[in-house]
Amino acid sequence: MTTATLARRGRIYVLEARYQFLMVLREPAFAIPTLLFPLIFYLFFGVVMGGRGFSVAAPTYMLATYSVFGVLGPSLFGFGAGLATERDSGALLLKRTTPMPAAAYLLAKVGMALTFGAAVVLGIFFIGAYGAGVMLYRWQWFALAGVVLAGVIPFCALGLAVGAWSKSRAAVAITNLVFLPMAMLSGLWIPITMFPAALQDFANVLPAYHHAQLALKVIAMDGGQGTALHVAVLAVQSIAFLVVAAVGFRRTESGAVSIRGGGMS
Amino acid sequence: MPEEAVARLSGVTHRYGAVVALEEVDLEVRRGEVLAVLGPNGAGKTTAISLLLGSVAVQTGEATVFAQRPGAPEVRARRGAMLQISGVPETLTVGEHIDLFRAYYPAPVSASRLLAMAGLEGLERRRFGKLSGGQKQRVMFALALCGDPQLVFLDEPTAGLDVEARRGLWDEIRALSESGRTTVLTTHYLEEADALADRIVVLHRGRVIAEGSPATIKSHTAARRVRCVTGVHRDRVASLPGVVRSETRGRYLEILTARPEDLVRALLDLDPDLHDLTVVGAGLEEAFLALTRAPDASEPVS
Repeated sequence: MTTATLARRGRIYVLEARYQFLMVLREPAFAIPTLLFPLIFYLFFGVVMGGRGFSVAAPTYMLATYSVFGVLGPSLFGFGAGLATERDSGALLLKRTTPMPAAAYLLAKVGMALTFGAAVVLGIFFIGAYGAGVMLYRWQWFALAGVVLAGVIPFCALGLAVGAWSKSRAAVAITNLVFLPMAMLSGLWIPITMFPAALQDFANVLPAYHHAQLALKVIAMDGGQGTALHVAVLAVQSIAFLVVAAVGFRRTESGAVSIRGGGMS
Repeated sequence: MPEEAVARLSGVTHRYGAVVALEEVDLEVRRGEVLAVLGPNGAGKTTAISLLLGSVAVQTGEATVFAQRPGAPEVRARRGAMLQISGVPETLTVGEHIDLFRAYYPAPVSASRLLAMAGLEGLERRRFGKLSGGQKQRVMFALALCGDPQLVFLDEPTAGLDVEARRGLWDEIRALSESGRTTVLTTHYLEEADALADRIVVLHRGRVIAEGSPATIKSHTAARRVRCVTGVHRDRVASLPGVVRSETRGRYLEILTARPEDLVRALLDLDPDLHDLTVVGAGLEEAFLALTRAPDASEPVS
């Protein structure tokens, strides 16, 4: 490949990411809940209520879990609802007829989730450090941010699977049905240790639980399961989500079903 | 090769479950022509286009574009498409969409030229969601041309547009063919195929039932409109040779037929007082009706 070709391909990735970001930033139904909800929730549950309700450590604990929540939202909605909408509107089909590399489209969405996630994490860190007096070692701040942002990998894979299988009209509702219960049952809103034992056991099947445990390990507040276990579960689940998504896409591209649900004229 | 096909479907059969969308279809797109694929809803037009775009995999038969697989990267770079009922994200502006699509191609048309070709001057800062239906179609048209394609697919480009917007887009499509590009358009507007196409392929229930220039299509069916004043009832006329349709208009009876000579002979036998007789060539719409009614017309008359 010549340098010119490489530069041109690089430009596709950059523009695809830029416009993906602008597109959702201008969509209040996406931008407001994904950016503001985690910050407001953390401010309320972690900082205002935190001191009395749970323990003095609550703001620190929730700093990690609400950061995970902040990455979960844009990953799930960008892929779940966003992808389903672009597929059903025909925009994705149109792009697939152009020379656009499919990876540019997918990476743009991951990049968007990462950017939104990073903005939320920064906001939560700011509130935690200056509003709630959370004290961490410098390496812990960086490690926590890194671990939390790595969550875009399993969460985007999950979003992709949801988006591949849902119709655009239902996609937001379905994404919410995955997003909100999983956030709660993974202990992102209130500590998992306050749940009944059966629910604590159930949390082991949820990717957000394992990711939150990894984040909590950085600040030595996790439940004590091994790092390798969490990483392995997340890796296996990510691969499973990608396979489910691929089967969903193949279903529409094999010509076995009509491209747009409706007419096949 | 003088009559080189730029795109081709050979012996293509395509099913969605139990529904047959295309059956043994052969279709050839020749260099530089405007080919209209004409047919009612459900005729298989979009399936044929989707196969040539590589967005649907071929089940039986063969699809090639520029003698390659329709989805090949070299093909994508030289081809543009406007899909049926397709939209792009509403929160991005016209200019941003064009900027993004231009980036996909090795030798894109300049943004200002695209805006001019699609009649979108002055709208580049407007968000896609804020455009009228006609303007949205023009954006989709511009996006199809971003890569300076040699072959352009337009799947029902004017569906849902009002008459004015439709005629506006026709002008852009004509300019496209004048610039030497090969264009394939699908439509169920007969007037549109007649106005734009060099050649028409008529699809009906997944089969190619006619093919040729708009004039050939008409002569092929030999559809004529016979008009006269007669005492013969139109229900009686309906059973006469080659009659596709008959209707009363004021004091006239209007009959569409594929066999005007036989019909007139039969009519004159039935009604010696028949007068004010005219026989004129039917428009494409009537030719099309005659074609798609063919199976019914051949049924024995009870």
